[in-house]
Amino acid sequence: MHLLALDWMMLIEKLVLIAVIITVSLVVAMYLTYGERKVAAFLQDRRGPNRAGPAGLLQPLADGLKLFFKEEIIPNSSNRFLFVLGPCLAMLTAMMSCAVVPWGSDFTMFGRTISLQIADVNIGILYVFGVVSMGVYGIMIGGWASNNKFSLLAALRGASQVISYELAMGISLIALLMMTNTLSLKTIVEQQMNGSWWNVVYQPLGFLIFFVCAMAECNRAPFDLPEAESELNMGYHQEYSSMKLGFYLFSEYINMFISSIIMATLFFGGYDIPFVNEANLAPNLAAVLGVVCLLGKSLIFIFVFMWIRWTLPRFRYDQLMNLGWKALIPLALLNMVGTAVIELWKQ
Amino acid sequence: MQALTQRSKPVSREPMSLMERIYLPAIFKGMVITFGHMFRKKPTINYPEQTRPFSPVFRGLQVLNRDEEGRERCTACGLCAVACPAEAITMEAAERKEGEENLYREEKYAARYEINMLRCIFCGLCEEACPKDAIYLSETVTPASFARKELIYGKTELLIPNPVTEPEAFAKAREARKDR
Ligand code: SF4
Ligand code: SF4
Repeated sequence: MHLLALDWMMLIEKLVLIAVIITVSLVVAMYLTYGERKVAAFLQDRRGPNRAGPAGLLQPLADGLKLFFKEEIIPNSSNRFLFVLGPCLAMLTAMMSCAVVPWGSDFTMFGRTISLQIADVNIGILYVFGVVSMGVYGIMIGGWASNNKFSLLAALRGASQVISYELAMGISLIALLMMTNTLSLKTIVEQQMNGSWWNVVYQPLGFLIFFVCAMAECNRAPFDLPEAESELNMGYHQEYSSMKLGFYLFSEYINMFISSIIMATLFFGGYDIPFVNEANLAPNLAAVLGVVCLLGKSLIFIFVFMWIRWTLPRFRYDQLMNLGWKALIPLALLNMVGTAVIELWKQ
Repeated sequence: MQALTQRSKPVSREPMSLMERIYLPAIFKGMVITFGHMFRKKPTINYPEQTRPFSPVFRGLQVLNRDEEGRERCTACGLCAVACPAEAITMEAAERKEGEENLYREEKYAARYEINMLRCIFCGLCEEACPKDAIYLSETVTPASFARKELIYGKTELLIPNPVTEPEAFAKAREARKDR
């Protein structure tokens, strides 16, 4: 009986956590669209949106409203079911990967310890990879269901790009996993918290490769080949209108947020507060500060993403493939072998 | 061959060095440059609140002038219509009646005077052609409109308010035509 009651509480707890995390991701992604425009404007000596609300802060709401009220067009020759499924899938996979991210240390409330992580599965990072590689189906299906040669080409490009960069990403991660000896994200964070340095110190090359690949996975410029408006007149979402297009664009921002969080978790100590020993703080305060820290770290990454986007021009497709297969994968392999040798030598 | 500008540079066809082939230093350099732009002064003009000063020779919307006593100056000679390269001006002349001397300056006046703003190229030739100082190009930009026929300006839109009977409207019109 007691066990049952506990499980109910657990269920409610997790549901609340899921709701909170999804809301937070959505709001963050919403304001990333605003942030992107502001950053772009500042990097180009402009002001950016500043009309809706103070400093343009209501701009994302206005944009969202506009997208909802726009006319929906589904092309006659498209496959209706898949056409609608595409953006849903993109959004779903983008949201799903936040399930295993440890957002903070344990939080005590009403005499219960609440872990700020939806699911501490011990294959956490594999789950992330699985979900992320599902994300390309959103693009693939969208491009295919549009029944349009340009969209199909863009989708093909997107798929081959994601596959080639996921390889390098995975290999660079293996090097990290050799050091941590675990796949659970929470354990990885805790290892970095307890006295030792952040993983980026031991794995700078691995981090660099991971960063570049993450950028390519999110289809961010300079890797935004699936949505090249100049050569593929808009790319995979060419036939999409109103909120379905919005979902595609929005899922890109959620992806960016989640991959920044993952990078912060894997390489930059996750919710570890820099230069502070968490054991000296009250546990609840430490948990809250940890969440803030994690968000702060991910915001820095997001800023770098945007900064790069507004600095570099888009790659040509063959350059992209060359970089992926001839530069990043060999580098990642080298990094992996090097790490393996060092780890063995340490034993 | 002589270079067209002083900024042209000869293209180097040498193979890239290792440093250049890594790309990352160049990328960092680019990022530093863009970051520097973050804190630059922004040249943006917040349009409805701030307006951009026009050059003194700016040619905007036409205005039909009156003289000091508030009489229309135009005598419907048609020279502006002839001078207009875009054929934007249409007018109908009428004869001044007894007792209308306070309205029109000459014996003949324009009963109808229209400028099609969709055709006008704001060349200012009408202003130059006018022997009576009746038409001027002001410093106002033509407002946009949803209907084409609203852009055919008649006398109601073109004629400046009468300085004698409606001095406030006249002053306002003068002000509005000037400071844009
Ligand atoms: S400004 Fe030029 S184009 Fe316009 S009405 Fe006058 S003469 Fe015609
Ligand atoms: S505006 Fe001048 S040129 Fe044109 S009809 Fe009148 S008086 Fe003649």
